[in-house]
Amino acid sequence: MANDARTNVSKDLSQERQKRMIAEHFSKLARAPDEGRACAYTFVPGNLTELLNSFDVLPVLPEINALQSGMRGKSRDYIGLAEKLGHSEDVCTYVKCDLGMLKSGNIGPTGERLPDPNLLLLSYTGCFTFLKWFEILGQEYDCPVVMLHVPYQGDGKITNSMRKYVVDQLRNKVIPQLEEISGQPYDEDRLKEMLARSAQAEDDLVYVLESAKNKPSPIDAYFGGVYYIGPIFTAFRGTQDAVEYYRELRAEVEERVKLGKGPITPEGEMEEEKYRVVVEGPPNWTSFRQFWKMFSDEGAVVVASSYTKVGGVYDDGFRHDPSRPLESLADYCMGCYTNLNLPSRVDMLVRYVEDYQADGFLINSVKSCNSFSAGQLMILREVENRTGRPGGFVESDLVDPRYFSASNIKNRLESYFQMIDQKRERGRKSGQGD
Amino acid sequence: MEERMSTSASCLEGHAALVAEAEALWKDYSLTSVREWKKESGGIAIGYMPVYVPRELLWAQNALPVGILGGGDDLEIIRGDAYYQSYICHIPRSTIELGLNGSLDCLDGVLFPATCDVIRNLSGMWKMQFPDKLVRYLDVPQDFDPAMGGAFYRHELQEITESLPGIGGRSYDEDALRTAIQVYNESRQAVADLYDLRRREPWKIPTHELYVLLRAGMVLPPEEHTTMLRAYETAVSDDESRRPMDQARVLITGSFCEQPPLGLIKTLERAGCYIVDDDFVQVHRWIVGDIPVDGDPLGNLVTAYLENSIESPIRYIDDGVKGQGLVERVEHYGAEGVLFCAPSFCDPALLDQPMAVKAVEDAGIPWTAFKYSENSGQFQVIREQAGTFADSIKLWSGE
Amino acid sequence: MDVLKYWVGIDLGSTTTKAVVLGEDQTVLGRGITNSRSNYDVACAVALGEALINARLALIASTLEAKGFAGRDVEELLARFELLFREQQYRAQLSELGDQLNAQAKRLKVADAVHESVGAIIPQMAEESGALFTPGARRKSDFFRDLAGSRYLALAEEVGREKGASFDVLAGLFDKAILEVENSTQAVGTFDEHGRRALEGLGGDHPELQAAVETVLAVDLQQVASVGTGYGRQRLPFPEAMIRSEILCHGLGAHHMFPGTRTVLDIGGQDTKAIQVDEHGIVTSFQMNDRCAAGCGRYLGYIADEMNLGLHELGPLAGKATRKVRINSTCTVFAGAELRDRLSLGEKREEILAGLHRAIVLRAMSLLARSGGVSEEFTFTGGVAKNSEAVKALHTLIEENYGERTINISPESIYTGALGAALFALHEALKTEGAAA
Repeated sequence: MANDARTNVSKDLSQERQKRMIAEHFSKLARAPDEGRACAYTFVPGNLTELLNSFDVLPVLPEINALQSGMRGKSRDYIGLAEKLGHSEDVCTYVKCDLGMLKSGNIGPTGERLPDPNLLLLSYTGCFTFLKWFEILGQEYDCPVVMLHVPYQGDGKITNSMRKYVVDQLRNKVIPQLEEISGQPYDEDRLKEMLARSAQAEDDLVYVLESAKNKPSPIDAYFGGVYYIGPIFTAFRGTQDAVEYYRELRAEVEERVKLGKGPITPEGEMEEEKYRVVVEGPPNWTSFRQFWKMFSDEGAVVVASSYTKVGGVYDDGFRHDPSRPLESLADYCMGCYTNLNLPSRVDMLVRYVEDYQADGFLINSVKSCNSFSAGQLMILREVENRTGRPGGFVESDLVDPRYFSASNIKNRLESYFQMIDQKRERGRKSGQGD
Repeated sequence: MEERMSTSASCLEGHAALVAEAEALWKDYSLTSVREWKKESGGIAIGYMPVYVPRELLWAQNALPVGILGGGDDLEIIRGDAYYQSYICHIPRSTIELGLNGSLDCLDGVLFPATCDVIRNLSGMWKMQFPDKLVRYLDVPQDFDPAMGGAFYRHELQEITESLPGIGGRSYDEDALRTAIQVYNESRQAVADLYDLRRREPWKIPTHELYVLLRAGMVLPPEEHTTMLRAYETAVSDDESRRPMDQARVLITGSFCEQPPLGLIKTLERAGCYIVDDDFVQVHRWIVGDIPVDGDPLGNLVTAYLENSIESPIRYIDDGVKGQGLVERVEHYGAEGVLFCAPSFCDPALLDQPMAVKAVEDAGIPWTAFKYSENSGQFQVIREQAGTFADSIKLWSGE
Repeated sequence: MDVLKYWVGIDLGSTTTKAVVLGEDQTVLGRGITNSRSNYDVACAVALGEALINARLALIASTLEAKGFAGRDVEELLARFELLFREQQYRAQLSELGDQLNAQAKRLKVADAVHESVGAIIPQMAEESGALFTPGARRKSDFFRDLAGSRYLALAEEVGREKGASFDVLAGLFDKAILEVENSTQAVGTFDEHGRRALEGLGGDHPELQAAVETVLAVDLQQVASVGTGYGRQRLPFPEAMIRSEILCHGLGAHHMFPGTRTVLDIGGQDTKAIQVDEHGIVTSFQMNDRCAAGCGRYLGYIADEMNLGLHELGPLAGKATRKVRINSTCTVFAGAELRDRLSLGEKREEILAGLHRAIVLRAMSLLARSGGVSEEFTFTGGVAKNSEAVKALHTLIEENYGERTINISPESIYTGALGAALFALHEALKTEGAAA
């Protein structure tokens, strides 16, 4: 989801490929108005990339633009501008960052201007703010908005009624709207081909994420993980590029496993895996490298994270399924992490702590995102109680640099890792009969 | 001595007594009246969070709907803060506090409607904290097509009706639902009449009284509440001592979930404002007008939701202009200005506000904005702000 | 020559720096404290110097005791000796202050009247120093900066007026000079020097004390290892391996003071920590306040300033209240406005204060709940633990929410972190020894 943090180290082929894919996509976007290609703005959770691509409609993801603005040091000004325009300091900084970017010329992460949308595809999945976000954008652009209401898994399951609701909306609202803006008829066979490719890439992604069960883990499943999920969470799911990217990535990771290597961090290869942790919550983007370094300096590897499931949960067995195209898109939407209820989220985190043999788990609680954050303190306690392993809690924000206090976070992380150390030492002593 | 006592007692029989009674019901956070109702009727009680749930459905199955609107400024938060970071609004803390301190023990279940992510996540927390109770997230549709959103919503409602008998409610019965719809039509009408009277003669119905009466409706059985509202209406209509004053007519918006403390409402009135429309305790006014009793009652509830609910920041607007409903309300209620009055950290209200402000500005309506928390204790800044706003409106209209 | 090995823990806090010196058997030999300053190395050195002085003073006492000298007379004698010792320290720093003031005055080319004023103030302060350190005399602070500062400024006003020197210039000189004094490790002098002078100052014939002082002076104190902690720990002059988080140090320190402790609450100036420890003092979970400092010690500082009271006066005043005003926000930003508003509404100061203390403790209660609650035995540390009203509110709330609990508060609670650090230094050394063996 981010493309510029690991510039210091020798690049893997997969990384080069991802960079190329992203650059190409943004250049396509820049050319879109001239070439008469339609584009749709939409969200990462519950994105319908295959469906859009089956109409040759280009997706633009404002969340990704916002996080890129955060990484490129632009978000402070963008947020400031939106607040000047009357947006509250209390609300989501992705929205304000996006709006500030729009009001500053809508220059995307590659320095090229983003095209205006032909459609705002409001996939209302797991986040109430999405709804308001596109109402706000709806006032800025003269284009249709299509609302896809994805019901929440309040009882921790997907019912037929929920599935039918989503499929009906896809069939009766989303597809007709896409036909209209693209001028192309719905081509289900084309969609099926794409979904088959999605499933292929998803298999490889799951292999990569689950490779962290090895000791040492060959990957960092949070800081590194955000790169691995990039293509499949954004514009490339269902494309041949994505299939090749994940095949390549998988091969690279297999190689690392064979050699018993640890993850690559901004500071180079991690020599010693001292702590294995599970992380809940999105990262901070404005100080992404600094935040990562606070882990890698301590020898801490994130072996599993919930954030790498916001654009789809695949390690529970779900795959896009060409034999039931719209149904599987519906299930995909409803299965995204922030669309799960809190007991399901706790179950997932407990499973991660156990399956990945983590020493503990950490929550990065971001001010912006109530969908993630409301209830995290209870999640903390539940996971602690059920796994018996220590939980840690740090607070920051997505893209508002005013909410990243490096000394505060470092202090907590250090205390946390030292606590694990001390416990281990004690464990060893009592193991020796002390 | 005896004579004097009887005089004051007769005074208290008027609106003051009703308001006092309503306030006592509201401020009894341990829900004594609900406990008593359960004992007498053999029914069950189902709590619900803001903003909207179809109470008819519960009432039809002998379940008393009990509105949970937080702990206001009365409740000291001892445990609730352990569950929430400082950047999350206040209502879930006080609600958890009420849950943990046993105040809500008499509820057999709680419904959490799709108001925002905080209320949504609270439903999961409730499931974990109170595994023996019925806990349901009520996903109200954001698609308003009867065949899609309508069908989905109907299914959601059916699931509720099916879940109630298992915890002591009656089983679903169409006639009982028709009766319940009629009961709530009367309730809605009584509320609408009071709002209408306040629109015409705001001096007759101070909002700090109306508000308290609406809160009583969170715990009272609907017929009793309607009786109370009608009695109040008669009492204030007859009270000639309430005379018009030179106050600015304002509309309040943004307070549809976490409620402002009563002190804030009083502060606004003392600062020179007649509140002529608001979105407090909004479940009473979510559906506009009567819901048909004849025909398929469940279908009628669904249709009312899809077609006759008000414009709200928590409801997606797929056509029409954002804020249009607000401007229409300003006109209908003869408001001279709008007070955007939202709780701190309230995503729906605060994200909506710039769009609504634009609509209000485009219509040439004066506005001002401030934030509160349900337990705010200090209103000095708001008092000055609202006072200045009221004065400027009066100057403006005086010209 | 006797050799005494010691281990050091340094806690570099936002307002004060503390040092604890431990002996091999984990007994505390001495404690030292100084105000934190821009130069961290010096703050550490000064705190350690103080701790070593206290260690030697304690050694003198124990030497006397071992030889059978005990009782009130001996205690009084020791107390007088210590006061004379402190006076010597004070005078040494004062002399350094005088030199620095003159140097600054020369550098800034101030008016003659200023030179003359400085020339008059410092000798007068030296003359008064005896009275400052007589038995029973009250000193507002133990830090030279505070002690000398308040007297200097009073005299600057008086003498300056007499001699026609600007008070602002004199005060400005002090601000610069005191930094130099504080940033010099020499200024406090050595135990030898002050100890002998103090002995002379005692007058009379005290052979037993003299012998004890000589014995202790002959002891060679040898530092084996030191560990640093505290908010500024990253800037301490320690290798990384010898730095521990203050959470761990607080847990271990509290465990050492009260071995039954399972829950520790520390309310400091900038942050509040709730810590759970096991039977070995090892931290099992912890929570800290979020980025907002509401409800920390600093908040009480704002309130004290706003009410024009000393920090230590808040608790006793609040204790006089018969009812409490409910305070729903402990936001430091709004503290002043909220207070003025309440006062203007006619609420009584003590009742507002009582409410404020409860509100602060409520914030701490939620951190305690987040960290896992309050176990059977509970230890309260940090500056706010000295506040009687906060302690009272804590007792009430803990009893209401968790039932009867043992609550420990040590008079030395400010040293909890440093003590934990010193214990880590000792453990680390033992571990290395064990590994070598």
